Amino acid sequence: MTKKENLLKGFVKENPIFVFLLGMCPALAVTASFETSLGMGILVVFVLTMSNIVISSVRNFIPYEVRTPAYIVIIATFVTIVRMFTAAYAFDLYLSLGVFIPLIVVNCLILGRAEAYASDNTVFDSIFDGMGMGLGFTLGLSTLAFTRELLGTGSIALLNITIYEASVAASFLVSPPGAFLTLGLLIGIINTVRIDKEKKKKAIMDEKIRIALEKKAAKKQALEAQQAKETKINLKEVALNE
Amino acid sequence: MSDLLALAFTSFLVQNIILNQFLGICSFLGVSNKRDKALGMGLAVFFVITLSGMMTWTIYYFILSPTSFNNYTDLTFMRTIVFILVIAAMVQILEMAIKKFSPGLYSALGVYLPLITTNCAVLGVALLNIQYSFTFVETIVFSAFTSLGYSAVIFTFSFIREQMNKAPIPEGFKGIPAGLVAASIMAFIFKGFVGII
Repeated sequence: MTKKENLLKGFVKENPIFVFLLGMCPALAVTASFETSLGMGILVVFVLTMSNIVISSVRNFIPYEVRTPAYIVIIATFVTIVRMFTAAYAFDLYLSLGVFIPLIVVNCLILGRAEAYASDNTVFDSIFDGMGMGLGFTLGLSTLAFTRELLGTGSIALLNITIYEASVAASFLVSPPGAFLTLGLLIGIINTVRIDKEKKKKAIMDEKIRIALEKKAAKKQALEAQQAKETKINLKEVALNE
Repeated sequence: MSDLLALAFTSFLVQNIILNQFLGICSFLGVSNKRDKALGMGLAVFFVITLSGMMTWTIYYFILSPTSFNNYTDLTFMRTIVFILVIAAMVQILEMAIKKFSPGLYSALGVYLPLITTNCAVLGVALLNIQYSFTFVETIVFSAFTSLGYSAVIFTFSFIREQMNKAPIPEGFKGIPAGLVAASIMAFIFKGFVGII
């Protein structure tokens, strides 16, 4: 896998939210507004990259049996740094994310990457993996938040887009039931598209295999015909010699 | 007393931890496909949240806050690290204790206990107890009823999931996506409880 592939795999092919279904709690809870979800995404990118760097650099010193508690302590350290930083410099974000900033510690995505990637790869590769996966998570969050805020309030405050008045918007989309509905529908649509693609791919492959088999059969026939000719000639020669 | 009742009712139904607070979604979607699995997970979460809620409250107010115990230094910024370690240790000890004293209960709950450490509902409730600055009694009521709300929702939801397996659902929506849409309808119903208080 090249560096570029390692960085880009989290966006579509291995998207944490839509394909792996990791980190569902923040995906539902912070996506009522586009701005908040972007903030959450940036925090996760930071924590994931930093914890991947530290875990991959100490991976040879941690005994196998106690690796999970060790990873949790490393992740919790960075989460505490992030919490204090947002409380000091981005207080609005701190208030709107609330309990979900400390809960980054138990986000399955971060522990999952530590366990699956950083624990047996080099520091350099782990940086790209952490950034790619974190940005993929951010992309998932912001897609969800974009849909919810745009359809739920008719406009997106951060980007100054308005498509219709707030009074006629589907306001249930920004409330808790709307979160479940939007996420369920988005995952369903993405799955349907993926299954269609796979079916098409399979159809093309089947066609290719069929053509190849036909070619092979034709070749075999030609070869047999030639062999038959040769034996005829040989027989003739034998007859002449006699 | 009526305050405690209101708190119990709010944390059980109105501010339901899954359908309104979005905590513990991973396990909610993960183990709700079978009825007995959902009941086992619900019970295990009830035990762990109630116990860890009391324990983390005690630790926060007697060890981390500035008291005579630590020469009046403020260690409250350490709460995330301390709480997650306390929960992880407690789950381990609970698992060993149940294994030793009640093999029947262990065979019912044992497999779910290790999963609970990374269930965000446990850490979430421990942190919310501090954030709302509850007293000790309020902490017990809040933790117990929140986790009962979790168990009730996950158990009810497992019935819906079992029925959904028989329904003709498009291939792309099978499993989690259809489950999320069903959860959305359930969340609408729970939204109606707001009017009662």
